[in-house]
Amino acid sequence: MENLDALADEASQKIQAATDPRALDDVRVEYLGKKGSITALLKGLGGLSAEERPKAGAEINRVKALLSDQIQARKTLLEDAAVAEKLGKETIDVSLPGRGVDSGGLHPVTRTIERIEAFFGSIGFESVEGPEIEDDYHNFEALNIPAHHPARAMHDTFYVNDATVLRTHTSPVQVRVMENREPPLKVICPGRVYRCDSDLTHTPMFHQVEGLLISEDSSFADLKGLVESFLRAFFEKELAVRFRPSYFPFTEPSAEVDIQCVMCGGDGCRVCSQTGWIEIMGCGMVHPKVFESSNIDPDKFSGFAFGMGVERLSMLRYGVNDLRLFFENDLQFLRQFA
Amino acid sequence: MKFSEQWLREWVSPELSTQDLAHQITMAGLEVDAIEAVVGEFSGVIVGEVLSAEQHPDADKLRVCQVSDGKAEFQVVCGAPNARAGIKVPFATVGAVLPGDFKIKKAKLRGVESFGMLCGPDELGLGESTGGLLELSATLAAGQDLREALDLNDQLIELGLTPNRSDCLSLRGIARDVAVLNEMSISEPDCSAVAPACDALVDIDIKAVDDCPRYVGRVIRNIDISRPSPSWLQEKLRRAGLRSIDAVVDVTNYILLELGQPLHGFDLAKLSGGICVRLATEGEKLTLLDGQELALRADSMVIADQEKALALAGIMGGKESSVTDQTRDIFLESAFFAPEKLAGRARSYGLHTDSSHRFERGVDYNLPMKAIERATRLIVEIVGGEPGPVAERTTAALPEPNHISLREARIEKMLGMPVAPERVESILEGLGLTVNRADGGWSVSNPSWRFDLEIEVDLLEELARIVGYNNLPVKPITDSLTIQAKPEAGIGVGELRRRMTSLGYQEAITYSFVDPAWQKALFPATAAVSLINPISADLADMRVSHWPGLLKAVSHNLNRQQPRVRLFETGLCFLPDDAGNLKQEATLSAVITGSRSAESWHEKGVGVDFYDAKGDLESLLNLSAGKEFRFAADEHPALHPGQSAAIFLDGEKVGVIGALHPSLVQQLDLGQSVYLFEIALSAITDRQVPSFKTPSRYPEVRRDLAVLIDRATPAQDLLDVTRSVAGSYLANLKLFDIYEGEGIDPQRKSLALGLTYRHSSRTLTEEEVNESIANVVRALEERFGATLRN
Repeated sequence: MENLDALADEASQKIQAATDPRALDDVRVEYLGKKGSITALLKGLGGLSAEERPKAGAEINRVKALLSDQIQARKTLLEDAAVAEKLGKETIDVSLPGRGVDSGGLHPVTRTIERIEAFFGSIGFESVEGPEIEDDYHNFEALNIPAHHPARAMHDTFYVNDATVLRTHTSPVQVRVMENREPPLKVICPGRVYRCDSDLTHTPMFHQVEGLLISEDSSFADLKGLVESFLRAFFEKELAVRFRPSYFPFTEPSAEVDIQCVMCGGDGCRVCSQTGWIEIMGCGMVHPKVFESSNIDPDKFSGFAFGMGVERLSMLRYGVNDLRLFFENDLQFLRQFA
Repeated sequence: MKFSEQWLREWVSPELSTQDLAHQITMAGLEVDAIEAVVGEFSGVIVGEVLSAEQHPDADKLRVCQVSDGKAEFQVVCGAPNARAGIKVPFATVGAVLPGDFKIKKAKLRGVESFGMLCGPDELGLGESTGGLLELSATLAAGQDLREALDLNDQLIELGLTPNRSDCLSLRGIARDVAVLNEMSISEPDCSAVAPACDALVDIDIKAVDDCPRYVGRVIRNIDISRPSPSWLQEKLRRAGLRSIDAVVDVTNYILLELGQPLHGFDLAKLSGGICVRLATEGEKLTLLDGQELALRADSMVIADQEKALALAGIMGGKESSVTDQTRDIFLESAFFAPEKLAGRARSYGLHTDSSHRFERGVDYNLPMKAIERATRLIVEIVGGEPGPVAERTTAALPEPNHISLREARIEKMLGMPVAPERVESILEGLGLTVNRADGGWSVSNPSWRFDLEIEVDLLEELARIVGYNNLPVKPITDSLTIQAKPEAGIGVGELRRRMTSLGYQEAITYSFVDPAWQKALFPATAAVSLINPISADLADMRVSHWPGLLKAVSHNLNRQQPRVRLFETGLCFLPDDAGNLKQEATLSAVITGSRSAESWHEKGVGVDFYDAKGDLESLLNLSAGKEFRFAADEHPALHPGQSAAIFLDGEKVGVIGALHPSLVQQLDLGQSVYLFEIALSAITDRQVPSFKTPSRYPEVRRDLAVLIDRATPAQDLLDVTRSVAGSYLANLKLFDIYEGEGIDPQRKSLALGLTYRHSSRTLTEEEVNESIANVVRALEERFGATLRN
């Protein structure tokens, strides 16, 4: 059986030399296939004596199993290498940016209005809109600002004709709400307003959010509570807030609200003109004459209104230093709020 | 209203620093806008008396002066032309520091030693340069510190007064509020009657009885108008920003500032006959003090004599009857004109004066008598003369106090806390109101200077103001907990905006007013609403679409190296219809230009086309579940005629989409194609709430068809017909390929349709599907002459 050992050695060498599955299979066929040389030895067992046969058979089968194992091991090795090579070829640069749509963003004014709507929405205020070309009655008369009232000088009004204006505030929306609904009421009115004024700190169009609450028992103390908690929520800061007497024809008592300057923390800076305070909104108890023009009984109901400039809040919140940027629609500006 | 702190302190002087005083009145509703010193920062400047002024030996323009500080003499070289012996001037001694941190040292000028400097007003921040030294009143003692001598340690406090507080347009009014805030009283100047020294009288006849409820007048004879106003008066006026004219004008201006009563002095010699207060005749001529000649309207009130109008009542005096340096006898007017009558009148003539500002807002109707006495006393003091008796006329239109009842319970209800009854009374009385206890509260009447106090809530505001808004309680928000209805079928604008931003659009906000010419270029046939008083000619028309504004924004960004722009905007557009009714319609618009996707490693910069814009719009429309929007080719003046569609919902046009017309691309100098759409918000703010259908568990069958049809036939028509004849098992229909060009008839195009069939409760048979396909093929052939392509 010297022949068998030489054959086994030869086959082992060929198995180890095979570099791909196909060559390996050729080796298998050559030795273990139907016509393979090991198979042939098995077939030749019949020519041996009965004494020799079992020993020789066992010997050949041992070599056959050995070669089978070697082929299987070699096959696994070659397959693993092939997979590894394929994976290697499929390696990509994971640092490249992905495909996809660049998203845009909301205008800072919208972003600010949406935040304000969310705060007031969470306590039951409904957001209401109205016309921007408004009649004199809703913009002025119904708000206790008759013709020639000196307060009209506070509003530099754009006129479409004698009786029609671009609304100077969103208060006319409140009037329309009072005309069409029964108290109690809780609404805010965001939107564009117009004043005939244009310089570094004024644009002829800007945005306001005004709010109105009417119930049977609201007082100035409730107004203060609401305004204070709103401002602190908006700026996410325990700001000092102060109320100063002021004048609006449609509220009484009327107040201007100042907050501690958010830029300098009240120490005094350019933004607050060194005062440490920033005028942020106007508010007051709804004037009885306004109630009367909307047929609401001022002895039964009381309420308050407040109004704020959206651009101003937005500037303070995000640190924008030039009002005019809001309407240039420069992508370099807009993308900062995406 | 700007006032001097010192002057206020003559009336009432609480122990507060300037800053604290400013804070106190700000918090009481008289907002302090600014505080400034009346002069620049300087020290070491005294009153110097020039003893002699000799020519400098080596300089033509210089003089060598000997200046006394009352004790010693100093040699000072000075270049001022008015440097002469005998005058008293500001003398900055060696060691003095002038505004701008300018230190005065001993110096040699052209060889002559100089110990200090003589000053002009500009060098001390006291006023404009006069080209020479400031000549001080001879009554000042040499050596006195100038700041003390002229009372210059003073601040100007500027108030931003609200229009309801006309009573604070005077020192007297401000002092009254300060006194109440500090629980003090005010010291008023002497306004007692001046005894007549002659019996000269001018008749007064009020014809405009509603406009002029009170008119008070007095003659003063034989004044010496050449005598100048004393320095204290001039200085007070200067600090209020007024120039000294002559004693009569100065005194009337002074009274205006001090008491708030506008007065007017006429030259008696120019009056013919008595005074008549009447309405003007239409077109009547009057030349005002400032030289302007007016043609009056019949609604305007004038002060006239028997022949002609002399003054525009309450607004400005006339030139002809004004006091001049020739005047000897004057007629002084002190009147009350009804605010509601005068409101807006000055402005209607393009005028605005200190007088009209006050009369329009309301001047104390009981003040004219007091004011004329105070003015008479001052005038006579300065320029002498013999006052006549005071003549007064009033009419039935003279206001009367408002009687207001104040309910005690209402105080707590409105302010959120009670105010002690004694405090209520002391506040209101301090403010000049008459207060009487009544059942459950008080009966109150307002003083003649508070036109803003009419009803109970006005009094509540006064109480709140004096108590201090910051001393009123703060109540936390409380509310009954109710869940607000929020219809699921509604689509908020916020959701639409977010869809746009996730598609890569930036939200823009453009002005609602646009350039009329530019808008006309886009919408030549659409009338726009015009403003009577636009801020500028290129912002004169209200927009009929967002496009004019958005395209300008595109242009702005393209010009700033931003070649890829995607913007959208929501908001109202203003569309007048033929009947003159105005539609204010909320729309959403968008514009895109530049490459399809942002520049990247994986995509070449392919420019956007119509279908990019349409795809984005469809993505937006898809939010409106259950609604079928249809697109149809349409003409639009702003759009490319071959790339323009109208959007329909239930047969109604709700929007447009297309490529900006190439001629407009050129006009805006954009240099690249731009695509736009606009859709009515009302069409896309509602949807169907989902309604469940059982998913089929049976297999789908897909068949593809390629057909040739005329190039001009819209694909939509083909899809519509296919859908209508394919039967109810058609689950999905897709157009998956379009081909034109080589290999097919140049007049035809090939469309590839993918039809997917499915049954909800069984497997479809081959025959069922074949039959549907046969129906489709037949229908397409009949309707469009379609042929199958192999």
